[in-house]
Amino acid sequence: MSIWEYANPKRFMQTSGVLLPWVTGASLICLLVGLIWGFFFTPDADKFGSTVKIIYLHVPSAMMSISAWMMMLVASLIWLIRRHHVSALSAKAAAPVGLTFTVIGLVTGAIWGEPMWGTWWAWDPRLTSFLILALFYLGYLALWEAVEDKDTAADLTSVLCIVGSVFAFLSRYAVLFWNQGLHQGASLSMDKKEHVSDVYWLPLVVCIAGFVLLFVTLVLLRTRTEIRLRRLAALTTRERLA
Amino acid sequence: MNMRVQDLTVARGGVAVLEGVSFELGARRALILRGPNGIGKTTLLRTLAGLQPAVAGRIDVEPDAVAYAAHADGIKAVLSVRENLAFWANAYGGRDVGAALTAMNLDDLAERRAANLSAGQKRRLGLARLLVTGRKVWMMDEPTVSLDTASVALFAGVVRAHLAAGGSALIATHIDLGIEAEVLDLAPFKARAPVAGGQMGAFDEAFE
Amino acid sequence: MRSLLRRDLWLAVRAGGGFGLGLAFFLLVAVIVPLGVGPEPATLAKIAPGILWVGALLSCLLSLDRIFALDFEDGSLDLLATSPMPMEAVVAIKSLAHWLVTGLPLVAVSPVLGLLLNLAPEGYIWLIVSLALGTPALSVIGAFGAALTVGLKRGGLLLSLLVLPLYMPTLIFGAEVVKRGAQGLAVGTPLALLAAITAGSLALLPFAAAAAIRVNLR
Repeated sequence: MSIWEYANPKRFMQTSGVLLPWVTGASLICLLVGLIWGFFFTPDADKFGSTVKIIYLHVPSAMMSISAWMMMLVASLIWLIRRHHVSALSAKAAAPVGLTFTVIGLVTGAIWGEPMWGTWWAWDPRLTSFLILALFYLGYLALWEAVEDKDTAADLTSVLCIVGSVFAFLSRYAVLFWNQGLHQGASLSMDKKEHVSDVYWLPLVVCIAGFVLLFVTLVLLRTRTEIRLRRLAALTTRERLA
Repeated sequence: MNMRVQDLTVARGGVAVLEGVSFELGARRALILRGPNGIGKTTLLRTLAGLQPAVAGRIDVEPDAVAYAAHADGIKAVLSVRENLAFWANAYGGRDVGAALTAMNLDDLAERRAANLSAGQKRRLGLARLLVTGRKVWMMDEPTVSLDTASVALFAGVVRAHLAAGGSALIATHIDLGIEAEVLDLAPFKARAPVAGGQMGAFDEAFE
Repeated sequence: MRSLLRRDLWLAVRAGGGFGLGLAFFLLVAVIVPLGVGPEPATLAKIAPGILWVGALLSCLLSLDRIFALDFEDGSLDLLATSPMPMEAVVAIKSLAHWLVTGLPLVAVSPVLGLLLNLAPEGYIWLIVSLALGTPALSVIGAFGAALTVGLKRGGLLLSLLVLPLYMPTLIFGAEVVKRGAQGLAVGTPLALLAAITAGSLALLPFAAAAAIRVNLR
């Protein structure tokens, strides 16, 4: 059996229906454990006080906002190459989730930035990049909404997603070039020992896992909704024709 | 054989409108498509012209053989009649526009801005475009709309000359052009509803 | 293909609006900004590179929806799609025509507007070079956006929403060239990056735009 069989809407509905409660549960557990551990059972940092604990929301959502776009890119490519409707619909389903993560990342960043840097907003490269990413999400969603024929919309948004990815990537580096910023360097890279101690690191990993699972849950849920919407449209059309 | 269509299904907005359309169009032959409004004549012609994909079936036609004249003539109001035509002549490989102007009786209007043409004159200019393409198969969507009786006769003469020169024509029209042509009534090819065993939309299918 | 370029240029010149509107808008931006931020020469000189680039970008944006919309409405786009010209070439030529009637005049008048905004003397040459190098990218990226929205009834606003994020790298590097040039710094790096963006866009975006148009004509 090939993996493409899951691209059949019916097959997808069955599988995702079985999967959904488990993923939902797992993401809830991870989020609860990670956030409670992070917020209440880690010591305050020497310099930053308790404000540092916002990383348990800030970092995972920022990571997921990029991952969501990546997932949309892959789904768009699959739609353009193999014409599986589920793929196009999952890209559509992921966009609002990704946008929400981006906004959470920006808002928590502002809240954290105020005590840290003394300002709600700075044109720091990373902040700017995420703002630009939010604009890309908005354009993508607006194009989906504007085009009436759903297959046409899927094609156009997929092309936009691919071209947009290239330009989003370029923007990232353009912005770095434009302003060397305030953000601490790669505090979460694999050489974490140099930056963040285990006390903070472990709950963060749990939180990240929780956010990934949350993303999967939401995308599965929304893809199911989209499939049902399309099916409804198909049935209405059939009714009209009969 | 200039064009052969086998078991073609065409769709508009994701819904099949015609299915099982088959015909052959030989050299020196014309085929007239008939059928009530909304049956899918324009959709069929657009599919044959390559503007949209067919849902099923085969279209066999030599490469670069088809010239398509749509409802809209693509005339630029600020260009003169000659300039409008010269552009398309260039696009199709630089044929002389003089003969085409004469054939569609546009000589007197050649230097006039297309904005000042009547609807019928614009239509004649649109049809003159077919002459400068040098293509064998002409596909026309309601070519006689807004033409007067004299212009219809003129146009019929042009089509007859094209057929005599080895071309073929596929015309969706309601009026009698006075051209010797086969008639293909599209009503029997109306796509059946999916419940009656017709083709389903791509998405529909996946749920059955 | 040359005939398509000639036709598009003729249409822009005779139908009016093509040249004039973008230029007038660019001029207005250069006039409005000092009125807003105050007449201090030092302030103006500091923001001039950015304002000039943003102004050029917005002027470009203004006429984008005309690239394909007019041909779509009168049916020419259908006929072009069935003609022997590849759609990729049609997109490339139409972007070129757009640049010739919009981008090139902007480049030509930009020194005058630099004067209005008190641009440092060292900056003029780099203003012209960066705009000449960057505006073709603006035209071809814009043509891609126009291709995505060509069939839509209210495409204009959406077009801006789609295209502006795509313009950001070009804007950043373009303005950076002028900023550094005006301060007498080396401009090599941003200039090379700007050229790279233009070259990449010119090479690849016509394919994406042609694909989008084919989808929209379907």
